[in-house]
Amino acid sequence: MKTTYFTTLKSLVFGVFFILVSTTTFAASKGDSEGSKEDQPFDTKELIFHHITDSHSFHVAGDFSVPLPVILWTDNGLVTFMSSEFHHDVEGKTIVERNGQRFVNIHEKIYQLDQGAGTATFDEAHHATNAGRPMDFSITKNVFSMFLSLAIILLIFLSTARSYKKSDNNLPSGIAKFMEPIILFIRDEVAIPNIGEKKYAKYMPFLLTLFFFIWINNVIGLIPVFPFSSNLSGNIAFTVTLALITFIITLFSSKKYYWKHMLWMPGLPVPMKIFLAPIEFMGMFIKPIALTIRLFANITAGHIIVLSLISLTFIFKNYFVGVGSVIFVVFISVIEVLVVAIQAYIFTMLSALYFGQALEEEH
Amino acid sequence: MDLITPELGLIFWTGISFLILLFILGKFAWKPILGAVNTREQSIKDALESAEAAKREMENLTADNERILQEARAEREAMMKEAREIKTKMIADAKDEAKESADKMIVQAQAAIESEKKAAVAELKSQVASLSIEIAEKVVKSELSDTDKQLKLVEDMLGNATLN
Repeated sequence: MKTTYFTTLKSLVFGVFFILVSTTTFAASKGDSEGSKEDQPFDTKELIFHHITDSHSFHVAGDFSVPLPVILWTDNGLVTFMSSEFHHDVEGKTIVERNGQRFVNIHEKIYQLDQGAGTATFDEAHHATNAGRPMDFSITKNVFSMFLSLAIILLIFLSTARSYKKSDNNLPSGIAKFMEPIILFIRDEVAIPNIGEKKYAKYMPFLLTLFFFIWINNVIGLIPVFPFSSNLSGNIAFTVTLALITFIITLFSSKKYYWKHMLWMPGLPVPMKIFLAPIEFMGMFIKPIALTIRLFANITAGHIIVLSLISLTFIFKNYFVGVGSVIFVVFISVIEVLVVAIQAYIFTMLSALYFGQALEEEH
Repeated sequence: MDLITPELGLIFWTGISFLILLFILGKFAWKPILGAVNTREQSIKDALESAEAAKREMENLTADNERILQEARAEREAMMKEAREIKTKMIADAKDEAKESADKMIVQAQAAIESEKKAAVAELKSQVASLSIEIAEKVVKSELSDTDKQLKLVEDMLGNATLN
């Protein structure tokens, strides 16, 4: 028993190291190819923003990218084509024509040119003047990464569930040995203390799904090679959706006391009640907003720090800085391994806390 | 700014993905996993409880045994004591009886001795008397065979029998 734990731990540690080392080498080669093109100063901001924002193709290495499907809902119905039709153009120069509609890719956002317009024109702030955005349901890098995480999560937990079915005394085996402590942690340290012994069971599926969905996507973001490395959980659309789901469940679980406590705080003088009511009411919306921003900012910041440290090498073009930046990247990446787990935990914990508050009864 | 403007497409796909995940995992993963864990915890709890009960029963049994042993010991003690008492009593009784019979025998013996003694004394007396008479007869015969001697006797007797 003990030796298997040890070997898995050892391979885990080696895995992390491999990933960390490959992060730096991979990023280095990528930065190199971009930096040597022109003799301009190295554009750190461009590199970082290219990485942390979404895109319509998945950059693998050098000039090689995996094209992803573009799915648009226009006034004339559904339009689909592969992003490779833009030929890596993000300046709005390559025009893709479908059903008499013209589409361009301007900084990884698909624009539809106005009727009759031949090329995209820009104002001084580089905003397109003769194009609008159709509804964009494309499988972008982040969506692709999310589907990947879906497959990984389903694989992990369906096999976990199967391992319980196979054992006749309900003992965990295989991967379930790793997952069960985490599941029990969510149950015993997150759900039960915040929601209460009686009602926690109803929220367990949501909390577990939430935790692992965030965590696995965070971890995917840390792995720097294709098909991972996306910044999905550092994308505000991702975090806002999850926070919104938490908010909706909070509202649906809320009891009378929740509203009473918020709008007419018991045990306070009337002027104080009137003073507190709007603050508490705003608090109801601030909570999910805080959830959104916390996860988004933490994960994005992690990616920015790692990329900035790597960029140091290309800014200074110096071996010593290179070695130093690799050491710092490894250091920060180890911290990030912790941070991504903690952020997933905090999001789940706060969701459970809000459910607990909503369920609170008069006492 | 691009970074903090949520894209509709990603919101849509995130929502869809999350709900699909929630549905599938809720039905095929969380339910069996949590069920198995709960069943196991319940069975562990039951096993612990039954072990506790068995332990308590064992303790009761031990206590019972102890009590029975104690009782047996007490009983033995009592029996021993009784036996000892009986023994002492028997010895005492025997002693008493022996003493009594000895006393009786002594008394009888004494009585026998006394009566023997009396008989012996009586016989002695009678023998002494007859002997004395015989002797006296002989003496008297011899004394009275000679007048001088008869006279001397009378004189002696008279001499002894001083009149007072």
